Amino acid sequence: MGTKMAMRKRYLYEALTGYAFMLPFIASISIFLIGPLIYAFIISFKEFSFLNPGASRWIGFENYIKLFSDPTFKRALLNTTLYSLGVVPTQLIIALILALIVNSDIKGKTFFRVAYYIPTVTSTVAVSVIFLYLFKADGLVNALLAKFGIQGPTWFYDVRFALPSIMMMAIWSSVGNYMVIFLAGLQDIPSELYEAAEVDGANKFQRFFKITLPMLRPIVFFNLVMSLIGTFQVFDQAYVVSRGTGGPLDATMTVVLYIYRTGFRDFNMGYASAMAFVLFVIILILTLIQRRLFKEETY
Amino acid sequence: MQKMLRFLFYIVVVGYAGITLGPFIWSIITSLKPTSELNTFAVNIKHLTLDNYKMIITKFPFLRWFINSAIVAAIVTFGNMLFNSMAGYALARINFPGKNFLFLLVLALMMIPGQVVMVPTYILLSKLGWVNTYMGLTIPFLTSNFGIFLMRQFFLTIPRELEEAATIDGMSRFGIFFKIVLPLAKPALATQFIFMFTGNWNSFLWPSLLTSTSDMYTLPVGLNSFYGQYYQFWNQVMAGAILLTLPTIVIFLIFQRYFVRGIATTGLK
Repeated sequence: MGTKMAMRKRYLYEALTGYAFMLPFIASISIFLIGPLIYAFIISFKEFSFLNPGASRWIGFENYIKLFSDPTFKRALLNTTLYSLGVVPTQLIIALILALIVNSDIKGKTFFRVAYYIPTVTSTVAVSVIFLYLFKADGLVNALLAKFGIQGPTWFYDVRFALPSIMMMAIWSSVGNYMVIFLAGLQDIPSELYEAAEVDGANKFQRFFKITLPMLRPIVFFNLVMSLIGTFQVFDQAYVVSRGTGGPLDATMTVVLYIYRTGFRDFNMGYASAMAFVLFVIILILTLIQRRLFKEETY
Repeated sequence: MQKMLRFLFYIVVVGYAGITLGPFIWSIITSLKPTSELNTFAVNIKHLTLDNYKMIITKFPFLRWFINSAIVAAIVTFGNMLFNSMAGYALARINFPGKNFLFLLVLALMMIPGQVVMVPTYILLSKLGWVNTYMGLTIPFLTSNFGIFLMRQFFLTIPRELEEAATIDGMSRFGIFFKIVLPLAKPALATQFIFMFTGNWNSFLWPSLLTSTSDMYTLPVGLNSFYGQYYQFWNQVMAGAILLTLPTIVIFLIFQRYFVRGIATTGLK
């Protein structure tokens, strides 16, 4: 009897400790994530302005319907998709190559690891102004191009080059992140596998395609999802480069930038929330598709 | 042939380091140039000066923005280190009803883009009177699902025997957590520290939403507004960019030796 009581008491104490440890998380997500999420869902069916909440009214699916005929939203979605299609594969391939490099037995390994990673810890705002400076019409890059007889464009201010310029900048500044995760994965591959393959006479390329890549599969999946989620939320660079306008001529208008402008410049917050939910659903669907493609995922 | 390949390989290795470090080097040089020499690519070492840094600190509120960023990043980073570790530990080790549900919640909420809750959070914070205050810049950001996931994965790798021995010695869960588990978690904590500090220090969208007067700007918001007005003074803009960049690079250099190990042991992949 006594031991049963003691055990129950211990179980109760254990459970209470568990909740105590979880409390900051539970409080934080309830107040700042789940609550706002529900609220955002409700106002996405309303005409709602923060400046005049009394005048808000139910409009059903009108916000969502309006999205499909809003040319700026369509443009923003197109830009964001192009951005993602350009950035994700390029960035992952470069990251994998760099990870293989810093995982091999080169001299000054630590130096190169740090050098390749440093852009990742740098503020997107700092990176944006640094690139605006390097790529300005009479900047260093165009001066170097001129040496080869190439007349450089005005990059961030040219309708055709603005989005690719932001893509290039994003790749430059986030490759390090994916490199480090690939690196951690590479270090986890048992060296016996490579030794066995070498005994069997497999060359470097065979070892890469038959051992390294299959073993890295879950990490490729993880990086792909992270990169995709990240690229669909692009905002900072587009905002700084275009001074918040998404210009020139909407060339750098992204979905999040448009949400920001709609919600906090036009104060059309119901419409902004509807857009945010569409973005969320897009990200969700893309993640689920990839999960399907990769089947045995990591978590 | 082999030698040729080796040579090409090193060109790629060094070349890419040039691509990552080059922009920083050029912006540091520019930040040291007097305005009269901005239009030339030539660098006259004798003329290099710290005047631009002096200028942005004394004539413009860069020092104030730096301090704002430091205060906010310190509070948010400390909160995350503590709270994420606590939650991660509970999810890895303590048995309580609803644990699996909470873990699923951690994973599921990671998928939600922060922009979805931007509008309601702004309304909530303005009702609380927290817009344009340190409270608004810190309190909503004290936990991170990503950080919790990272810590849980790490705590799963620590052998249980250590904790069991301490339980027999009569130590409480709190004692075990602070005295035994956390000291073992250095690589994971260092990894989390780098992620949380740089993430918050560099954060731009939320602080630009949540601040309205220059005296409350964080450094990224301040640099953006400075650039908007004084973009022709590239030497001063670059000085601001370097000021913004330096702390994260220094912190990364200090903690980087734990970093790859931290990522490897946390199973963050």
